[in-house]
Amino acid sequence: MFGPGIWRLGRIADPFAEVQRLQREMNRLFSGATELYAHDFPAVNVWRGENGAIVTAELPGIDPAKLDISVVGDSLTLTGIRELEPLKEGESYHRQERTYGRFARTLQLPFQMDAAKVEAKYEKGTLQITLPRVEAEKPKKISIKVE
Amino acid sequence: MDTEDKDLIKQQAQAPVEAERTRTRKVYVPRADIYETKETIVLITDMAGVDEKSIDITLEKNVLTISGAVEPLSFKDYSMVYAEYDTGDYQRAFTISNEVDREKIEAKVKNGVLRVILHKAEQVKARKIAIKAA
Repeated sequence: MFGPGIWRLGRIADPFAEVQRLQREMNRLFSGATELYAHDFPAVNVWRGENGAIVTAELPGIDPAKLDISVVGDSLTLTGIRELEPLKEGESYHRQERTYGRFARTLQLPFQMDAAKVEAKYEKGTLQITLPRVEAEKPKKISIKVE
Repeated sequence: MDTEDKDLIKQQAQAPVEAERTRTRKVYVPRADIYETKETIVLITDMAGVDEKSIDITLEKNVLTISGAVEPLSFKDYSMVYAEYDTGDYQRAFTISNEVDREKIEAKVKNGVLRVILHKAEQVKARKIAIKAA
């Protein structure tokens, strides 16, 4: 009767550590809630398929000629600029919420891309880049023989 | 039962009743720049994914409402693996003063950016008060 009681005590030998662990866990949970997305610009969405990936980004109002897309190995880099409209004499802003300036972002994909076959489209302010996988790297299907 | 995850308890209405949308798609407030020139007030909003057919601008009394419908992207044989942004419709309303000429509102959209040009009314432009030095 005495024995098991001591064992039970041993299990909660350090209640303080347990509270600390719980606190850490709660902090992790709540800090995650405020930062739903990464703050890198532009925000991207990635789709994957058998032949590669598609990356999309919302970049309204940029000059496509000033957007630079480069592909090296397995990384994709987007650099560009969103220019501020210069105001003339006597004009003034009531509010300015849109962001301006240069941006650069590099994404690493889980495969080597075929740089020659990369296609990009800019439509309605949305950039869409199709990134095909290098042919030699594509997974090979292995058939199972039944004896 | 497919109502399992829905709340079975009746929801109390808010007073005043808030107008709801029929579609359950997300709605975002587009970021806007507004600047004033001598003759016009220019409103610029970022609405990625909209075109001239999906934008709706209405002026009722003195409230200018802008709404844009966005079709979510989807690609055949591809599935989304990573998302940093979500797509949804846009909606925003601005209160406009009486100095705007209601008949002369221009709007155009290019590369997902909407530009609304509101011309100032003639009598407002002319009304300038000279201050005399005493």
